[in-house]
Amino acid sequence: MNSSVSLTSREEIEVHRFSWPVSIGIPLLAIFLQVFLNQSLMKVLDLPLLVTIFFAVARRRPIPGMITGALIGTLQDAWTGHPIGLFGIAKTIVGYLGSSLGVKVDVDNPGSRFLMTFAFVLIHRFVYMAISLQLVGGSEAWIWSHMLLSALVNGLAAVVLFAALDRFKLRN
Amino acid sequence: MENFFTRYKNPLALMAVLFIQVVALATQVKRPEGAKPGSTGSGTRLIRVWTVTAFTPVEKMFVSTGHFFRHGWHNYADLRDARQQNKELQDEVARLQMEQVRLKQDADQARRLQVLLDFKENFISKTVAAQVIAFSGTEQSRLITIDKGSRDGLKPDMAVITPDGIVGKVKDVFRLSSQVLLINDHDSGAGVILENSRLQGIVKGTPLGELQINDIMSDEKVEPGEHVITSGGDRIYPKGYSVGTVIASTPDHDNDPFLVIKIKPAADLNRLEEVLVITEMADSSHTASAGPEPMRAADILSQRLPSVPKVDPNAPKTPGAGVPAPKASPTPAKGNPLTTGTEQKPAVSSGQAKPLATGTPAATSTLNKTGEAKKPSSAGQPTATPANATGAVAIPAKPKPTPKKSVTPAGTPDSTQQPGAAPTATPQPTATPAAKQPATQQRSPR
Repeated sequence: MNSSVSLTSREEIEVHRFSWPVSIGIPLLAIFLQVFLNQSLMKVLDLPLLVTIFFAVARRRPIPGMITGALIGTLQDAWTGHPIGLFGIAKTIVGYLGSSLGVKVDVDNPGSRFLMTFAFVLIHRFVYMAISLQLVGGSEAWIWSHMLLSALVNGLAAVVLFAALDRFKLRN
Repeated sequence: MENFFTRYKNPLALMAVLFIQVVALATQVKRPEGAKPGSTGSGTRLIRVWTVTAFTPVEKMFVSTGHFFRHGWHNYADLRDARQQNKELQDEVARLQMEQVRLKQDADQARRLQVLLDFKENFISKTVAAQVIAFSGTEQSRLITIDKGSRDGLKPDMAVITPDGIVGKVKDVFRLSSQVLLINDHDSGAGVILENSRLQGIVKGTPLGELQINDIMSDEKVEPGEHVITSGGDRIYPKGYSVGTVIASTPDHDNDPFLVIKIKPAADLNRLEEVLVITEMADSSHTASAGPEPMRAADILSQRLPSVPKVDPNAPKTPGAGVPAPKASPTPAKGNPLTTGTEQKPAVSSGQAKPLATGTPAATSTLNKTGEAKKPSSAGQPTATPANATGAVAIPAKPKPTPKKSVTPAGTPDSTQQPGAAPTATPQPTATPAAKQPATQQRSPR
């Protein structure tokens, strides 16, 4: 297990690793469920984003974190009618920020996980809208109530999902 | 310098990755001239193709498995009430048969009017049923993926419908699957007509996934509950299909002289499972235009009076001589409610379909391809009364627009009528014997 210098305790700065099947399978499963399930919940829940945050925070390395985000976002873009890259860029930034944040603060606590995810959902949405409006010429609508609800739902889901995904962390 | 790259390795990597993605995005946004709107650059297109193609078999497998269990359960549940349902369905069939007779009369009348006005209209000729296997998974786009692709004949911009109403249009087509842009996506649009007021507009999706019409003036009166149908003007959706119902109509404060008309979609766009893709449209103009071509009185006389020599059957202006018109091709119209299945038979040649220029009911005849009068379609209705036969030989074109006369007692001749005889749709069984034995029987009533 690698470690890096940080202001946090040693336990908090553990750089976790994952097996290849988990590294590939979990993101693909998240994308699959996102496009397969047509429930109302899936319109506010962003499973690929949660998986991006989880891997970025757990690995605590910015470059793998942002590459994970870029790949997941690009695959997710394929299912939308929009130009490919909107989700890719947004999740790249989230992956980078998530892995950078994971080095500095305790991200294994349920409370911090909720707050972190809450913030990242808003950032993700903000970046997505900025690119869509400025680069692509889209007509996105920023609705605060919907965004806050989405951030809340994703934050709560992250607490449960991250706890489940912790089982896949490789421990020596 | 080396320290700089080492120190700022992560931010530099982030900038590099973002730069690559932004450039890739820009190449998609700035498409080459003439490129199809739905298509993207070749590289990004490949990403989309690969992703969708890789996921499609898994999605199909899950959908099929789900349907297998669900249908298995439904089959069992249905058996329990089969007897009662059978009785109800039989009653329903009887009621619908009666209604069909009435609708057929209306359809015939509509066709006659189309002939008179030289309308052209597209009918659905061929559809492909498809299952929805995936969704966009995001609020930002309303897109579904179906399990039929180019292998099944799908192409971009084909209309997608359900029995309830229109759904959207095909956007991207892959080999085994296709992506369909729903009508409530904010990039969608469709030409519509408000059914009662006959106001025309364009229904568009909003970023929230609602349907709106924004181009109707505020001085028009639009009531909630009014039905909205397709106008056919967009050349994608066939005319007359249900779009939805008006749920609210308010002045548009941002766009002052116009209304904001909110529409509730007829098809449940959030619970789509099976859809129909319209892969082929049949233009009915050839059957409609087969009627009103003017005909000289001498030609009519030459057909019906044995004393006058017959005109050359190959002459173009002698429709009654039995020359099949080149336009009169069969016009299959499967699935169209207006066609009621009869359009799959060969159409009557154009010349035969217009005994008189006006095509009035009294002047219509039911000639078949050989130029002979068609036999009464129902043997049980030998209503060739001389009085009515006079109507069939009303050569001086004294139109008798008496729709009541054209209505057969039970309406049965309609159900077996030749489809292409749409212009001659007035089922006057009395006209057929008169036309078959031209001189004697026709003159006898006089």
